[in-house]
Amino acid sequence: MKQAENEKVNRRRKAALIRDFLRGSKRYFAVAILSASVASLAELVNPQIIRVALDHVIGSRPTDALAAPVRALLERAGGAAYLRAHLYVMALAIVVVAAFGVLGQYLFRVCNTKGAESLVKTMRDRLYAHIARLPFGWHMKNHTGDVIQRCTSDIDTLKRFVSEQLTSVFRIVILLILSLVFMLSMDPLLTLIAFIPMPLIIAYSLRFHRRIGEGFLDCDENEGKLSAMAQENLTGVRVVRAFGRERYEKDRFEAHNEYYTGLWVKLSRVMSTYWSSADVFSGTQVLLVLVFGAVFCLRGRLQPGEYVAFLSYNQMLVWPIRMLGRMISEMSKAGVSIDRIQYIMDAEEERDKPGAADADMSGDIRFEHVSFGYEGCPELLHDIDFTIPAGTTLGILGGTGSGKTTLMALLDKLYLLEAGKGRITIGGTALEDIRTEHLRRNIGIVLQEPYLFSRTLEENIAITRPELTREEVREAARAACLDETIESFAKGYETFVGERGVTLSGGQKQRAAIARMLTQDAPIMIFDDSLSAVDTETDARIRAELQKRFGRATIILISHRITTLSRADRILVLDRGRIAEQGTHDELKAGGGIYQKIYEIQSGAGEEAAV
Amino acid sequence: MSKTPQKDRSLPFFGVPKLFPYVKQYKKQLLSMVVLGLLGSDVLLPLFQRYAINHYVGEKTLDTLPLFILLYFGCVVFMAVMNYFATFKACCVEVWIDRDLRNLAFDHLQTLSFSYFNQNSVGYIHSRVMSDTQRIGVLFSWSLMDCVWHGTYLIGAVVIMLIVNARLALLVMLVLPLIVLLYSIFQTKLVRVNRRVREINSKITGNFNEGITGARTIKTLAIEDKMDRDFVADTAEMRRTSVRAARLRGLFAVTMSFASSLALAIVLWKGGAIAESEIGTFTMFMSYAQGMMEPVRWIIDAISDLITTQVNIERLTRLLETESDVTDTPEVIERYGDSFKPKRENWEELHGDVEFDDVSFRYPDGEETVLEHFDLKIPFGSNIAIVGETGAGKSTLVNLICRFYEPTEGRVLIDGRDARERSQLWLHSNIGYVLQTPHLFSGTVRENLLYGNPDATQEQIDRALELVSATEVVARLEKGLDSDVGEGGDLLSTGEKQLLSFARAILTDPKILVLDEATSSVDTMTEQKIQSAIETVIRGRTSIVIAHRLSTVQNADRILVVKSGRIVEQGTHRELLALNGYYKELYTRQYEDEATASVLG
Repeated sequence: MKQAENEKVNRRRKAALIRDFLRGSKRYFAVAILSASVASLAELVNPQIIRVALDHVIGSRPTDALAAPVRALLERAGGAAYLRAHLYVMALAIVVVAAFGVLGQYLFRVCNTKGAESLVKTMRDRLYAHIARLPFGWHMKNHTGDVIQRCTSDIDTLKRFVSEQLTSVFRIVILLILSLVFMLSMDPLLTLIAFIPMPLIIAYSLRFHRRIGEGFLDCDENEGKLSAMAQENLTGVRVVRAFGRERYEKDRFEAHNEYYTGLWVKLSRVMSTYWSSADVFSGTQVLLVLVFGAVFCLRGRLQPGEYVAFLSYNQMLVWPIRMLGRMISEMSKAGVSIDRIQYIMDAEEERDKPGAADADMSGDIRFEHVSFGYEGCPELLHDIDFTIPAGTTLGILGGTGSGKTTLMALLDKLYLLEAGKGRITIGGTALEDIRTEHLRRNIGIVLQEPYLFSRTLEENIAITRPELTREEVREAARAACLDETIESFAKGYETFVGERGVTLSGGQKQRAAIARMLTQDAPIMIFDDSLSAVDTETDARIRAELQKRFGRATIILISHRITTLSRADRILVLDRGRIAEQGTHDELKAGGGIYQKIYEIQSGAGEEAAV
Repeated sequence: MSKTPQKDRSLPFFGVPKLFPYVKQYKKQLLSMVVLGLLGSDVLLPLFQRYAINHYVGEKTLDTLPLFILLYFGCVVFMAVMNYFATFKACCVEVWIDRDLRNLAFDHLQTLSFSYFNQNSVGYIHSRVMSDTQRIGVLFSWSLMDCVWHGTYLIGAVVIMLIVNARLALLVMLVLPLIVLLYSIFQTKLVRVNRRVREINSKITGNFNEGITGARTIKTLAIEDKMDRDFVADTAEMRRTSVRAARLRGLFAVTMSFASSLALAIVLWKGGAIAESEIGTFTMFMSYAQGMMEPVRWIIDAISDLITTQVNIERLTRLLETESDVTDTPEVIERYGDSFKPKRENWEELHGDVEFDDVSFRYPDGEETVLEHFDLKIPFGSNIAIVGETGAGKSTLVNLICRFYEPTEGRVLIDGRDARERSQLWLHSNIGYVLQTPHLFSGTVRENLLYGNPDATQEQIDRALELVSATEVVARLEKGLDSDVGEGGDLLSTGEKQLLSFARAILTDPKILVLDEATSSVDTMTEQKIQSAIETVIRGRTSIVIAHRLSTVQNADRILVVKSGRIVEQGTHRELLALNGYYKELYTRQYEDEATASVLG
């Protein structure tokens, strides 16, 4: 019971999602289908003109047999006798009708594309914005590759479904119905003969395409394997050479290549069989109409012009009918893709508590008895309690897994504290009462392995404030000791990060991230082990520069280098999720704890090693 | 090979002649494919229509009907059979050419030197092997068949019309040049706009990639709105460009179908009189006039495919023509065999002495000479450590010893003889090599362990695993040695991969061992295991270790200190410390780091 209900809810949600995506593109599809009808109609009218020309204008059949409006039209054009002498009028009629048809075709194509592209744009925009606003925990839980796949190939599948398959099926059905009407109006029996084989042809094609689908899947998979094999060989080229295994690699690749080729050959045989047998079916159907039409003509049931028109219609239907089976079989893939996209859209976005507002960020930062563990994991931070007075610098020392990075993630609201597990306040306001965007804008973080965007260096540095001038960007870069390096690049600040041939070293990336943070002008700054890849001299220069610029900012320095930490007003030593020691450098270096040990190692290592 | 991106040259006949040597063997297949395609053409069917209408309807007799049916049906079946073979042959030719070129490219890559791999990204090389070959296969099969099928129809239709009524035929054909002209104009525009669509598409994919992998940074910078705006600008451009492409395509398709209606109108206008006596002939003209347009399009498409494939031909043949920087001389190959056909019976045993004799070296793509008149003797059994910062060029010596590169001047001697006097495979088969980022191949643990020595026995495997304390690692896996390691060894942790790659190296029982210590962090337990594994493994061999760990460095017989690509200091640990220079600085910092880490746990 419950399951059935869930399914119903799920289906309703899916329908709502599609409706939502279709908003804005629906009207294009409506126009497209309307245009397709016009185009089909025009396409089907032309054989009628030929038919009238053959039977009544060139031939001598009386016009009484024609439907009243057609007869009236014929009379207005000058009557059968006049038209016979002036055939160009009929020819002109064909051109005029074709012009309408062509207009319909054109509108169909353009509107269809507009609709499909608008739909895809809506889907992509919504997905992108949604993903950026999903909680950080969601990103940690889901594989990057999988999410990207959903955003790219699943979207493509849906696009194809709507713009190629769905509209084609509409078009074919419209064509079928309209031609059925025209054909019935001429000879119901011959129509029946023409249409009887059609369901068979559709069913045959449908069955075949379902079957061949597996073959294609198999080929695709093996192509993937072959491709991966080549990829591995190329990335592992050192190992291959070092072990002298070129021969083995060659044999293995060639063997799989042979296997893969064999799959295609096997599949080709099936496909060629299908194409040829379908050719025979279609040919037989044409023959049927040809023979019966001739017989009907001879018996006087059918006029020669009607016969020719009939043959034209029949010819028009051969390909669409064969396409229909393939379209239907391919449409089934779309359902899976919708599910996969829905999975992302269903995830809950980060949301501020009602009433959350912009708070003054230059106050004291307080962690009050904070405990935290990741979802489904044991507790990582235990009862952390400390204050960073406004405008002072706090140093944090801790090993891997001590929880220092998590502590900073909590301050930036990347994770939320559970109720009853403590409180974090800035200037007395609890984090949950501060608007998230405001909070993050006012906290600058530089990570150990910073992420730069694939844009120019200038755009990267000014990413939070695109309005900055080049001079202001340079100013920030100079403070981060990066200006000279950038100027040495051929394209300077226009250098594109991640472009082939230009790779920034770890230290350069860190400095770029520092420059980026500086433009943010944040009253709170966090350096998470972020000068590790910079040599000691540059490290000192950057810190001096920072001191000069941000006398009043609240700074958190995470490092395991005593020289870096010693300048902090207060230092915190974290050990396995607890505060083990805290105090000033002078207090701690004689405190007999972890800090003192490390201080001694780092200050005495030189002499000790020399011994 | 220059570093600047090369402009694709224009090749004579679109580069197709360059491929002749590779497709030569399919001459017969290609010929029969073309002949079958010719025979399978449906250009004659309208003649049947003509007969049926003229004879049965016009002359009001059914006398030949059974024969007609038989003949028509026979014709349909005959065409189907011909086309069955034609399409099947075309499929085969496509995949066979594809396969051959792929094999050639892949095999050739196995012989190219490292400078090629350093100068070309894996992605670039990979698409030479996988996609260029595919495009070329299509060119020789489907593009060719399109020309055959549609060319036959076009020529057949024109000839038949000319025979039946030359005047009307010529009038109808007036439309053709118009179509060709129009399409040639559209084609270039279409190619350009399609390329633009692909470019934007990959940009959007890149955006998604960034939005997902850079999620943390986007959040902490609170730039969601800005990223949205930029993304929306890209998708808007995508829509604009796609619609522009659709307009072009639509305009083109529409002109095509309008032209065929125009041809129909001409038939009715100028040929209506024929219908008075022979409706069948009139109908035939209708069919041909309307059916002529599609083939023109297909043929032009095939030609434009040929033009665009030129780039692929160019790139692939350039790869195939690239020569390795490191090659064995014909005399060496004569005696020792090449990489694919070694003559192991002639191989001398390798003892393990290595010597640099007045070696100078510059990377092929570099400007600076990184080694100048460098001399170093590494007698069998000694242990050399190379230290320096990341990116300082520590791999250079290793590359020279392994003969991945050859000295610009001077010689590298193995057992007192120039390395070039023996084959590359001989040397590589005697060197064990453990990479800093251990690279495993997808497959089972066993397959990976046997990579260097496929003949190793179970006992040898067990002993090797034990030596490097990896027995537990394997025991923990569900299927033991037969467990899958995943793509690139993804299912294992870095530390596990490291241990297994040690075992892999040991199984070849190399005289010379090259080791690049891992810098990536592994847990302390594994760290210790790796440490002791290294100590075990280097015993009794000549070893060159790119070192990051203090113990390795301290115990080395000789330490080479590298800075900015050059060897700045060398000596034993003690000697170097006494020098009070760069080594001491490096050592001090490392000592601090390790000690700090051990205190912090």
